[in-house]
Amino acid sequence: MSVISSRKVSDFIAKIPLYILLLAFSAIFLFPLYWMICTSLKDIVEANMAPPTWFPHELHWKNYWDVTQTIPFWRYTANTLFLCFASVIGTTISCAMAAYGFSRFAWPGREKFFLLTLATMMIPFPVMMVPLYAEFKAFGWIGTNLPLWVPAFFGSAYNIFLLRQFFLSIPKELSEAAIIDGCSEWGIFWKIIIPLAHPALMVVGLFCFMAVWNDFLGPLIYLMDPEQFTLALGLQQFQNKHGGTDVTLLMSAATLMILPIIILFFFTQKSFIEGISLTGMKL
Amino acid sequence: MTKTEKSNIIKGLLFTMPWIIGMCLFTLYPTIMSVYYSFTDYSLLNAPAPVGLQNYKDLFVDEVFLKTLSNTWIYAAMALPFGMIVSLFLAILLNQGIIARPLFRTIFFLPSLVPLVALAILWNWLFRTNDGAINALLEMVGVTGPDWLGSTLWAKPALVITGLWGCGQAVVIYLAGLQEVPRDFYDAARVDGANWYQQIRHITLPLISPVIYFNLIMGCIGTLQIFAVPFIMTNGGPLRSTLFYSMYLFQQAFRYLNMGYACAMAVILFFMIAALTWVAHMISRKHIYYGGA
Repeated sequence: MSVISSRKVSDFIAKIPLYILLLAFSAIFLFPLYWMICTSLKDIVEANMAPPTWFPHELHWKNYWDVTQTIPFWRYTANTLFLCFASVIGTTISCAMAAYGFSRFAWPGREKFFLLTLATMMIPFPVMMVPLYAEFKAFGWIGTNLPLWVPAFFGSAYNIFLLRQFFLSIPKELSEAAIIDGCSEWGIFWKIIIPLAHPALMVVGLFCFMAVWNDFLGPLIYLMDPEQFTLALGLQQFQNKHGGTDVTLLMSAATLMILPIIILFFFTQKSFIEGISLTGMKL
Repeated sequence: MTKTEKSNIIKGLLFTMPWIIGMCLFTLYPTIMSVYYSFTDYSLLNAPAPVGLQNYKDLFVDEVFLKTLSNTWIYAAMALPFGMIVSLFLAILLNQGIIARPLFRTIFFLPSLVPLVALAILWNWLFRTNDGAINALLEMVGVTGPDWLGSTLWAKPALVITGLWGCGQAVVIYLAGLQEVPRDFYDAARVDGANWYQQIRHITLPLISPVIYFNLIMGCIGTLQIFAVPFIMTNGGPLRSTLFYSMYLFQQAFRYLNMGYACAMAVILFFMIAALTWVAHMISRKHIYYGGA
């Protein structure tokens, strides 16, 4: 055995307590997810046994089919997906445009508007909740899904801030060369900046998708008609109605709601982790 | 004004137009109206009737309001330090040059992806008293678990534990901060005979202090808005022991239609958040090490 590999081995042995700790914590973090899936595969009698069984006697995959029939699961999913995609499209376009206007060329008043934009980042949703409701009521939008996606087309301060940071890092010479070639400002934005800003737009779009998929308070306030409910609201109503009676179906529904997010995460892991480190480090 | 300047203003306004309209319609107008409504009696059904400072006077003798304030701060005082310790601890473990780090990082991060509604429903099930998994696990080590969500003593800790499960984002943020600390600092400290505790106390913590402060302040601001999880798990109970600030605001607005009263709460919420942001700013200027700058 060479010197290097024997050092590697002794290094590994020194770290065994560390791995034991990591494995213990991993077990704690994974257990609730295991328990959700485990319960979702039991039959209802077994699920309500005390003490619980740690593994289903029989795997009832049919629960997953049953829950999509018990509640209008596909309707909820379609409603949620519509809101997600509309919001992602609206947010990325409107925020990229505003970020471009705030970063790539100078104009009088730019700094003032940008400062105001930063100031609005401090205002949380509950502060505006009541007047927004009154405003949407005046528009005749209560009971429709309009309040949940139309505002996305009018930008959001935080995403504008993030994208502006990114746009500032793109060399000025690129724009200048394009102007000499006779490219319009819109052309520069659309053909040069947007393709280059792909990673940052990914992060914004991804986080927007997640936020809409998860949103509970918005749909709770604005939606009245069960036909328009999102997964989050529909699931909560289902839990309320069933008050712990058919927990196997409830856990199947919860699993189905989590699954797309997990899949999305595994496909976009790099953007995700980068986005979180980026947003966390920005002071 | 030159011709280019003029055309730049037009271009600038055109690019930022959607946002400027959005900011006015969906942020500035509602914020200003929140202040206005807070001085009125407003039920949404009839026009707001000015009542001066009455809503604010009522708030400070409203026992439920004071209870939600103390609930919120007690919850924050439990959840934030625990959250910080656990996520920092996990981040330090992950930063020890281990194999399979991406795997472990993913495992700790996964729960923070779970949508809040699904998370609340899942933990409701885990915390069940007689047939819940947590009490069954406690039984295996000889402990009789409490009636978690049904007792005024244990409901808040149960919510804290639920929140801890989602600390993965903080782990990722801390890990990114830890990776910025130069290896040489530790090597130099080790040569000087510093043990692991001294290394953490005198190198790691001071160097990642901006990240810690940022996380704590964001945590405070987040706690003031906590809604979905307690709404679904306990709906404020038992005996209002988990009724938090934003939940009471929601109740006053949409259950009792006391819109003016709810807006007074919103204005106070705004000032609390502004104060926290200001404190964060001051602390960070005084005590925090920023690499290089």
